[in-house]
Amino acid sequence: MANGLNRPVLWTTAIVLSAASRAEARSPDITAGWHELWREVIWDISIIGALFAAITLYLLVRYRRSRAQKNGTGNPLTPLAAIGWVLIPVFVFLADDIFLAAKNYDLWNQYRAVPENAYVVDVEAGMWSWDFRHPDGFIETNELRVAVGRPVHIRLTSRDVVHSFFIPDYKVKWDAVPGKTNYLWFNPVEPGEHVVTCTEFCGTLHSSMFGKVIVMPQAEFDTWLEAKRREKI
Amino acid sequence: MSTRAKRGFRLKEWIFTTDHKRVAVLYLAGSFTAFFLAGVMAMLMRTELSSIGPTITDNPATYNTWLYFHGAAMILGYLIPALTGFFANYYVPLMIGAKDVAFPRVNALSFWLYFAGIVLALLTFVVPDPPDIMWTGYPPYSIFSPGNTALYSFTVLLMGFSSIAGGINLLTTVIRMRAPGMTWNKLNIFVWCTMGAFVLQLLFVPFIGVAVIMLLLDKYLGMNFFNAAAGGSAVIYENIFWFYSHPAVYVILLPAIGLIYEITATFARNRVFNYKGTVYGGIWGVVALSGVVWGHHLYVSAMPAWLTPIITFTTLLISVPVGLLVIGLLGTLYRGSIEFKTPMLYASGFFFLFLIGGLTGIPNALSAIYSHIHGTYWIPGHFHYVMAISATTAVIGGVYYVFPKLTGKQYNETLGKLGFVLFFIGANITFGLTMYMGAAYGMPRRYYDYAQFPEVERLQYITTLGSYIILLAAIVIAVSWLHALIAGKKSEENPWGSRSLEWTHSVSPPPPGNFPEEVRLADDWDPYDYTK
Ligand SMILES: [Cu+2]
Repeated sequence: MANGLNRPVLWTTAIVLSAASRAEARSPDITAGWHELWREVIWDISIIGALFAAITLYLLVRYRRSRAQKNGTGNPLTPLAAIGWVLIPVFVFLADDIFLAAKNYDLWNQYRAVPENAYVVDVEAGMWSWDFRHPDGFIETNELRVAVGRPVHIRLTSRDVVHSFFIPDYKVKWDAVPGKTNYLWFNPVEPGEHVVTCTEFCGTLHSSMFGKVIVMPQAEFDTWLEAKRREKI
Repeated sequence: MSTRAKRGFRLKEWIFTTDHKRVAVLYLAGSFTAFFLAGVMAMLMRTELSSIGPTITDNPATYNTWLYFHGAAMILGYLIPALTGFFANYYVPLMIGAKDVAFPRVNALSFWLYFAGIVLALLTFVVPDPPDIMWTGYPPYSIFSPGNTALYSFTVLLMGFSSIAGGINLLTTVIRMRAPGMTWNKLNIFVWCTMGAFVLQLLFVPFIGVAVIMLLLDKYLGMNFFNAAAGGSAVIYENIFWFYSHPAVYVILLPAIGLIYEITATFARNRVFNYKGTVYGGIWGVVALSGVVWGHHLYVSAMPAWLTPIITFTTLLISVPVGLLVIGLLGTLYRGSIEFKTPMLYASGFFFLFLIGGLTGIPNALSAIYSHIHGTYWIPGHFHYVMAISATTAVIGGVYYVFPKLTGKQYNETLGKLGFVLFFIGANITFGLTMYMGAAYGMPRRYYDYAQFPEVERLQYITTLGSYIILLAAIVIAVSWLHALIAGKKSEENPWGSRSLEWTHSVSPPPPGNFPEEVRLADDWDPYDYTK
C-alpha cells in the first residue's frame, strides 16, 4: 500500500507547486454554482410563466362571450404576419435556449472536471448498500468519512444492478452501472453530515439503500484515518 | 338514427364490430378501465407515503408492484389508447368526411391486440411473481428480478403492435379518404395532431419493441445483451428505451393539445390563430425534433461527456415548436367570444397546467441542474403536470365535448363544472408539492419509504390529501357521466354551434357510414369559419 500512500502525497506536492504559480488553485464550489444556476432558471421560467399566465387570464376575461356578440372576429393572418408569428417566437425561444445552454455549459464543465488534489474514494454499489473504499484500502459501509475543505473524487461502480449515487445536499448524482466506472466529485466546504441515497430503482429495498457522508475537521479526520490504518495492520 | 339506440345492447355486435365509432368506444371503455385500476394503485401509494414507516403495507415489494402497474397502465393502457385509440378513431373519419377508416377490420384487430395487452397487464394481480421493474424495465434489474419480466415485455409488445396497426390505418385514412374539397389546409388541427402522433408511433415503437425482446432473450434464454459480466451493456437498453419513450410523450401530448384546439375554437367561436404556423411549425416541428430529446434522461447515466452539451441544446430546442403550439392556442382566444361551458373550463385549465408542465421541463434539459433533480420527485411532479394531468384535462374535457355527439344526450353543467374545480385544485396541490419535494429536498422517486428524509413527512401528508381531492373529482366526473347516460336530456344536434364537419354534417350519434350522403365541401368551407 506504499504506492497508495505516496500518490496523494505526490499529488499534493504537485498541487501546492502549481498553486504557487496560479493566482488561485481553490476548486470551484459546484454546489453553490448549482444553486446559482437553479435560481436563474427559476427566475427565467417564472417570468415567462407569469407573462403567459397574465396574457391567458386577460384573453379569457376580455373575450368572454357577451350578449352583443356571438361570434369571434379573429381575422386570417396575412402571409407576412403568419411568418412573423412563427419566426419572432422562434427567435425569442431560441435566444432563451442558447442563454440557458451556455450557462449550463460552464457549470457542467466544472461538474465533470475533478480537481487534481481530490481525495479518491472507490464506491461499489450493491443491493442494497454502499461500500466506500478509501485510498488506504479499508472499506466503510454506508458511511463515508471525509475531511473538510478537500474535494472528494468518487469512482463509482456496481456489483449487481444499476444504482444511482446521490447526495442531495451537494447536488451531485451519477449512476453506478455494472461493468463501468463512472465518476463524480463534490466539495465538502463545511463539517457536517449529509444523506447519500440511491436514486435508480434497484429492487425491493431500493428506498432503504442510504447512508451518510460525514465531513470532519481535518485534525479529527487525520486521527480517525490513523486509527483505521493501525486497525488494518 | 334513433331506431338503432332502441334495439338495446348486443354483446355480439360489439365484439365483432368494425365500425370506427364502436371500436373507439371499446377503446374508451378499455382506457377508462386502465385509468381506474392505475388510479386505485395511485391512491394506495399516496396513502402508503402519507407517513414514514409502514402505513398500509409493510412489504416494499407490494408497493413496487403497485408502482409498476400504475406507470405501465397509465401510459400504455390509458393515455395512449384514450387519445390515439378513442379520440383519433372516433374523430378522424368524421372530421375528414369519410364513412369509416381505411381498414375497418385492421382497426378491430388493433383494438383486440390492445385488449389482450390489458388482460396481460391484469395478470399482474394473478401471477405469484408480479413484475416489479417499473414501467421503464431497466436491466440488469429486470433480468435479475424475481418478478415476471415476461408479462411486462409482452404487454409492451401487444400495445406496440396495436399502435402500429392503428397508425397505418389512420394515416392511410387521412391520406386517401378525405371528402372532396377537404384539402390539407382545411384539416382540423386534431387530425394533424393525430397524424403527427401516429408518425411518431410508426417511427419509434419498433425501438421499444426491440428493447423488450432483448430483455426476454436475456432473462429467459440466457443471452447477454445487457449483462456486463459477459460483455453486454445495460446502458444500451436505457438509450433504446428513451429513444422511444421520450417521443411517446409527444404521442400523448399532440392529440391532447389537438383536442384543446378543437374545444377552444368551438367555444371561442373563432378561427384557429396562425393555422399554418401551428401545423407546419408547431405540430411537425415537435415531430421533427422528438428524435433528439431522449438523451436528457441519461445525463447522469449513459451519455458520453462530449454528447451532453449537444443534447442539452437539442432538448431545449423542443421548447420552440411547443411554444408555437401555445401561441396558436392563446391567439385563438384573441378576439374570440368565449363561452365557459364545462369543456372550455377544462381547456382553460389546460392552458395553465400545460404552462407549468412545459416550463418545468426546461430545467430538465440542463445537465448540471439534472445532477440534482434526476430521479427525484421533481421528475414525476413535472411529467404528471405535462402528461398525466394536462393530457387528462384534455381527455376529460374532450369527453364532455364529444358527449352529445357520442350519446345524443347532454350532461349536467353544474356537476361538470364541480368536477373540474375539484380536479384542478387537487392536481395542483398533489403535483405542485411533488415537484417541490424533489427540488428542495431531493426526495427520490420510486421510494416505498423515506426514513432518510424525515423533513418531508408533513409535505407528503398534504400531498396525499391533495390526491384524495383528485379522487373526489374523479367520482364527481364519473357520476356526472353516468347521470347523463341514464337521465341526461336529449341533446341538440349541434349543441356547441361548432362549424366542424362532425357536428354540421352528421347527426348525433352518427349512424354506421357516418354521413347521410357523400360529403362535398365548398371551396370557401373551413372547419373554423365563424364569420358566416
Ligand atoms: Cu440502489
